[in-house]
Amino acid sequence: MSSAERSLSMSSSMSMQGASGFSSGASGGGANPADENAEPASTLSIFALDYKKHEDIKHMLDSNKDNLKLEAMRRVIGMIAKGKDAADLFPAVVKNVVSKNMEIKKLVYVYLMRYAEEQQDLALLSIATFQRALKDPNQLIRASALRVLSSIRVPSIVTIMMLAIREAVHDMSPYVRKTAANAIAKLYALDPELKEELIAVIAKLLADKTILVNGSAVQAFEQVCPERIDLIHKNYRRLCNLLVDIDEWSQVTVLNMLTRYARTQFVDPNKTVEGDKNNFYGDENNSKEKSENDGEDSLEKRTYVMDSDHRLLLRCTKPLLQSRNSAVVMAVAQLYHYVAPRSEIHVIANALIRLLRHHREIQTIVLKCIASMAEKNKDIFGPFLKAFYVRSSDSSHVKRYKLEILTTLACATNISTVLRELQTYVLSPDKEFAAQTIHAIGRCASTIPEVTEACLNGLVGYMSKKDETIVAESVVVVKKLLQINPVQYGDIIKHIVRKVDKITVPAARASILWLIGEYSERISKLAPDVLRKMAKTFPDEEAIVKHQILNLAAKLYVMNAKQTHLLVQYVFNLAKYDTNYDTRDKARLLRALLFQADKCPALSKHAKKILLASKPAPLLESIVRNHDQYTLGTLSYVIGQAVPGYTDLPDYPLEPSDSSIRNVEVIRPSLSQDESPRKPSSGGKKKSTTSEKFYSDEEENDENEGTSTEGPDDEEEEDEDGDEDEDDENEEEEENEDDEDEDDEKPTKNIHQTNEYEQLDARSPTIIENQPESHESTEGEDTESDDEVTSASEDTTDDDADEKTIEKHTLSFNKSPSNIAISGFSMATITEKSIAEDDLEAFLGITTTSTGAQQSTTKASVRDDLQNLESLSTPSTLTYIRQYECLNRMTGQGLQIQYRFPRTPFQRATNMVHIELTFTNTTPNNDIRSIKFIKSKSGVNIQGFNDIDQLPGGASIITSIGIDFNDTTQSASFDISIDGRQLATSVSIPCHVGELFQPKFLNEKDFNQNLGSLRGMHEITGTLNVNETQISKFNFTTIQTKVVQCANVSSVPSSSGDSTIYRFSGQTVSSKALVLIAIQLNISQSTINLTLNSDRIILATMLLKEIQQAISTIS
Amino acid sequence: MIHSLFIINGAGDVFMEKHWKTVVGKSICDYFFEAQSKCANSEDVPPVIATPHHYLVNIFRNNLYFVAVLTNEVAPLFVIEFLHRIMDVFEYYFGECTETSLKDNYVVVYELLDEMLDSGLPLATETNILEELIKRPNIILKMTKLITGDDTNVAISGEGAKNLSRGMESGITWRTGRIVHRSTNEILIDIIETLDAIIDQRGTIISAEVNGVIDCCIKLSGNPDLTLSFVNPRLLDDVSFHPCVRLKKWESERVLSFIPPDGNFRLISYHIGSQNAISIPIYVKHNIQFREGSSGRFELTVGPKQTMGKTLEAVVIECSMPKSVLNCTLTPTQGKCTFDPVKKILVWDIGKIESKTQAAARLPSLRGNIVLSTGQPLPESNPVLNVRFTLNQIAISGIRVQRVDMHGEKYKPFKGVKYITTVKNGRFQIQTKQNFSIPD
Repeated sequence: MSSAERSLSMSSSMSMQGASGFSSGASGGGANPADENAEPASTLSIFALDYKKHEDIKHMLDSNKDNLKLEAMRRVIGMIAKGKDAADLFPAVVKNVVSKNMEIKKLVYVYLMRYAEEQQDLALLSIATFQRALKDPNQLIRASALRVLSSIRVPSIVTIMMLAIREAVHDMSPYVRKTAANAIAKLYALDPELKEELIAVIAKLLADKTILVNGSAVQAFEQVCPERIDLIHKNYRRLCNLLVDIDEWSQVTVLNMLTRYARTQFVDPNKTVEGDKNNFYGDENNSKEKSENDGEDSLEKRTYVMDSDHRLLLRCTKPLLQSRNSAVVMAVAQLYHYVAPRSEIHVIANALIRLLRHHREIQTIVLKCIASMAEKNKDIFGPFLKAFYVRSSDSSHVKRYKLEILTTLACATNISTVLRELQTYVLSPDKEFAAQTIHAIGRCASTIPEVTEACLNGLVGYMSKKDETIVAESVVVVKKLLQINPVQYGDIIKHIVRKVDKITVPAARASILWLIGEYSERISKLAPDVLRKMAKTFPDEEAIVKHQILNLAAKLYVMNAKQTHLLVQYVFNLAKYDTNYDTRDKARLLRALLFQADKCPALSKHAKKILLASKPAPLLESIVRNHDQYTLGTLSYVIGQAVPGYTDLPDYPLEPSDSSIRNVEVIRPSLSQDESPRKPSSGGKKKSTTSEKFYSDEEENDENEGTSTEGPDDEEEEDEDGDEDEDDENEEEEENEDDEDEDDEKPTKNIHQTNEYEQLDARSPTIIENQPESHESTEGEDTESDDEVTSASEDTTDDDADEKTIEKHTLSFNKSPSNIAISGFSMATITEKSIAEDDLEAFLGITTTSTGAQQSTTKASVRDDLQNLESLSTPSTLTYIRQYECLNRMTGQGLQIQYRFPRTPFQRATNMVHIELTFTNTTPNNDIRSIKFIKSKSGVNIQGFNDIDQLPGGASIITSIGIDFNDTTQSASFDISIDGRQLATSVSIPCHVGELFQPKFLNEKDFNQNLGSLRGMHEITGTLNVNETQISKFNFTTIQTKVVQCANVSSVPSSSGDSTIYRFSGQTVSSKALVLIAIQLNISQSTINLTLNSDRIILATMLLKEIQQAISTIS
Repeated sequence: MIHSLFIINGAGDVFMEKHWKTVVGKSICDYFFEAQSKCANSEDVPPVIATPHHYLVNIFRNNLYFVAVLTNEVAPLFVIEFLHRIMDVFEYYFGECTETSLKDNYVVVYELLDEMLDSGLPLATETNILEELIKRPNIILKMTKLITGDDTNVAISGEGAKNLSRGMESGITWRTGRIVHRSTNEILIDIIETLDAIIDQRGTIISAEVNGVIDCCIKLSGNPDLTLSFVNPRLLDDVSFHPCVRLKKWESERVLSFIPPDGNFRLISYHIGSQNAISIPIYVKHNIQFREGSSGRFELTVGPKQTMGKTLEAVVIECSMPKSVLNCTLTPTQGKCTFDPVKKILVWDIGKIESKTQAAARLPSLRGNIVLSTGQPLPESNPVLNVRFTLNQIAISGIRVQRVDMHGEKYKPFKGVKYITTVKNGRFQIQTKQNFSIPD
């Protein structure tokens, strides 16, 4: 045995040294016998085993036999499943991601998903494999690659993920598209910055033709942008109609989303007087009838008519009440509860009752929801009273909620059966439940006057039971009931008083004594006698009973001082020396009130009033009373506290949204592209396209309504609608632009720096690239959003091309009153257009600037400059980013930290400067473990990095932190700890003035406007003398490069064409204070004038120096 | 959505864990154990437990706890339903879902969990689909592994993938594309009803309901389309369906029309409430007395009632006695009778009761004395009798299948329908004596 062990350890140590030097075949061969020998050794010592097991797993993974690898992977998975750490196997495992064997591959995926987050650098090795798999012909492999890629949570591959998702959205296979939809939420969780881009993807997936995809798209929608309810409009009707075909898990999400949608778009069906009942049940109403109803709605607002889409929702969700999935049923019930008119809610009762036959856990939650619903709508569960009868096999929660519901549902008609049922529960061996039942009987008695007396009698009957808990609970409940209505029940009080000797449960005794004190005038003979008995047992009573004895004594003294004086004194003296200070306090208080009238005359005068004031009756309440502030069925509701991610259902709007926003229109391709040019007059053409786009809804409505109403009111409505629509479209267009930007794969920061190109890059692709897309979209029947986008962008093209046409339309349309809306639209486009024109001018202005400066030089240099400009527009930010060291490897015990400013906004807090830290382990093979951020005591606010669990030798990890420099130049410092020990020197990041800024794009007009408000003491200037050779080098490119190198600002496009002045603008990161930079060339005097305007004048001064220095280096 | 899953055995060991997002430490389970320790009964653990940063949703089944960890708002029913679905799948794959079976098959368990959830969102939950992705471990598979040396359970490439893709595209997620059954094509339908009743002390039926399910085992080649109609569909007004059933057809014609999944599945489950008169096929006469002087009498007689000539089988009467009962000396005329003095549970296993034995003398009965502990007060409540039985070849609600038709395929399948009526433990209770008079 020992020799076997030795050979094993030898082979393992050899392989340790050899690492990759060994050929895989040799080490695999060596591992095999060792592996066999290790089995018997396993019983010897656990520690040795663990260590060796990892070694031989490594051997097996390195071998070239699939069988061995598979076995090894299975063992690794076994470790993960048991929660043991298998992180040190990462390098050995990740190699096998390329394996041809599907199972090995899958298991490696499982491993990666678990550990990639911890070992990001090594995980990057596997990315290429996934990227290859994304192109695999097998859709399942594509899908699983995307799934793993999006699940490994490595922030540095965010862009790759984004690309992969965008590609997968266009995949042929709906399964891959579904996976892409699932991946969206994961990416969003990793990088919330991508929200806008993801929303564009979601919009696309929502409009997907396959319902399989839509379900997941809605899930992504709910996680990423639940507030963008406008994305749903166009898909609403289709989602409703196809709801039954979505897979059951997505149904839940879609139902929740639709509930919210309905609450924001439709009016409260219960608020107005319910008019025509027939309308509610006319389920097969088609759209034509509905639009008639809509017409009525506008005419006579008093009768409420449900929106046809609202009706559609209720009709389409109802069949799902028969789903086998309890979550789906609950979601429908929830939808009905919040959205349906009261007269229709009853349909959910049956389905919910059915859920009570599911598993215990489901019962518990459903019952809780029913308890809340029953409080609001007693009658819908009334017929199902028997379903809530308690069985002895029910769990304690189920019993409690059933009891609750029974009590809530009890009314004058069914109270006798309910009470009979409750009486059997009192005898239940489960004492806690019996006590709850007695409480429930009390509630019935207090709510239903018919049975109050019977219940009281019954409860008094329980007082003679032998069981202590039942007796005690009965006394407590009776006390409460008597308090509610004390007048009639003198006899009961007497009966209870007689019980006082027998009852030993403190709470019950206390209750009885309180009753005696409160109603002592009814039992004036008995009461002093009870006090006498109590005085005898006083020292042995519980504190709660003692208090009530004191109360009783005080009250009796007030009523009947003569007879009880001595007795009361005696009790008070006993209390004076009690061990419990509460008791002593109470005694002292009451003594002062009763016997020491001289000390506090004001109070003593009113002692009787104080002690015998009428007390408010207690309210016997339901246990779920306070939970229904949360939406039924949600996690927050079940645990009774708000959970992250919970949002309340919005209240109904007062006015419903226009149902036409949900209209889905089909634009035939011929109409917008081929047919229109054939129109004889350009005005006519324009009319047809625009009205087609925006007003086809109204036209439909008109058709539906018949040609009857064309009054001026209608037109006004149309006008408004038109504007709304247009807004929507503008939004969509913008989104689309964003989208296009991304497609160009240019980081946004870059665009900021070279602002003048933003317009070009952003605009032209919209115009050009949308053309092919329009062909695509026309193939789809109901990809309406695409259609909208296309038509909108076409308009822009038209506008750009031919401005005059529009003006003509405006004129011609103004003549006919029915076209006011259209003229409104064209006005809007003109303004929009003029903005575009401005941009264009700005762009042209810059080109002239750059060329204008060079007019004296040759054409070749102009071309050079243009090339320079181009080079700026490509991702060149890296050239501005310098890396600095803030912890060298000596002080860091092998750990080196470098930092740089990536010049992107910090995600977690916008007022912080984003700083990227690169941790490098400079030691060859020592792992550095557990690197942690420790906030230093200095006042600077720092968002630290996430802990780094392990940093292998030679590896480096990039993390980011955010520092709020608060617009000062004080350096920020923080401490780090390695493996629990804090480093002696703290890490300090000095402030670089230029990095305290972020670009703020202004056009020249804005620049001058802001300049006007920052004159005087907010302005500093500097002059720089240069020689003539230098000045000839000065042009836009060189200056911009230098300035941007110094500070994170953006240039201002010049519209005046003046080539001697260059402007830059930015704002401070913390307080967003504007800084304006103007650099003027003075060729005649060979000087450069620099002007900085900012109300952060210290920063401005420092920045000025930096810029001066930088510019002087141009040569 | 679902962040992590912990599987805990009855002894409180976390023996398996799976994380779909960032790892949550095992220590989170301490909150669960704390809640568990407060409960006397393992059934009483609250299904949702809030901890400072996470929310634990748990189910208890087969003496195992499945604890899901959540961080955000998710409908708890969604999670509970899903956990149960996971267990259903495990039961399907391993025959039973116990600690041993899960430990033995941990790789398959992990692969399954991975396919079923995609970073917390349910992905594939139909067993048919899963089986296309991951092979079910069974004897034959083990044999082939031994012989061929092929040792994988993953079937992602090849035929399975093609089949799967077809199912995915058609939107019929429960049936995969090309299915061929060479030997037999059969439709086996089991209608299983469980009776759910409470009879009070005086013998009146307080509630009598029937919960039924239709479980199918359908092995048909190609893409068959089935319709199933009932003699008396009126009975079924409270039904929940497998996703394959066309709801609209049911609404309009009361016919079940569906493209079946391959293999075993639950087509519908239904409930027949007390508005339909349900005759209970068994009666129990009882006479239980506790007397002063630490003794008591105990008498039970059981007889069939309206069984339509069928035999009551596996009749068991269980009775949990009050705590003060020390022992019982009872003699049955039929079957076996045992008393557990610790749990105070009396079990009388009667066996078959022929419906022909009409003479009262030959009905099975149980007589004897009860010994009570001296000094303790007499028990106030009388014991509840839990009755169990099975009745074959009949559905107690009277539901009957009229016909099953197959469209879309040419061959003739074998069709069979089976009816069973049973009682689940604790669902048929007879209360024994009136103890409390209604005050009036």
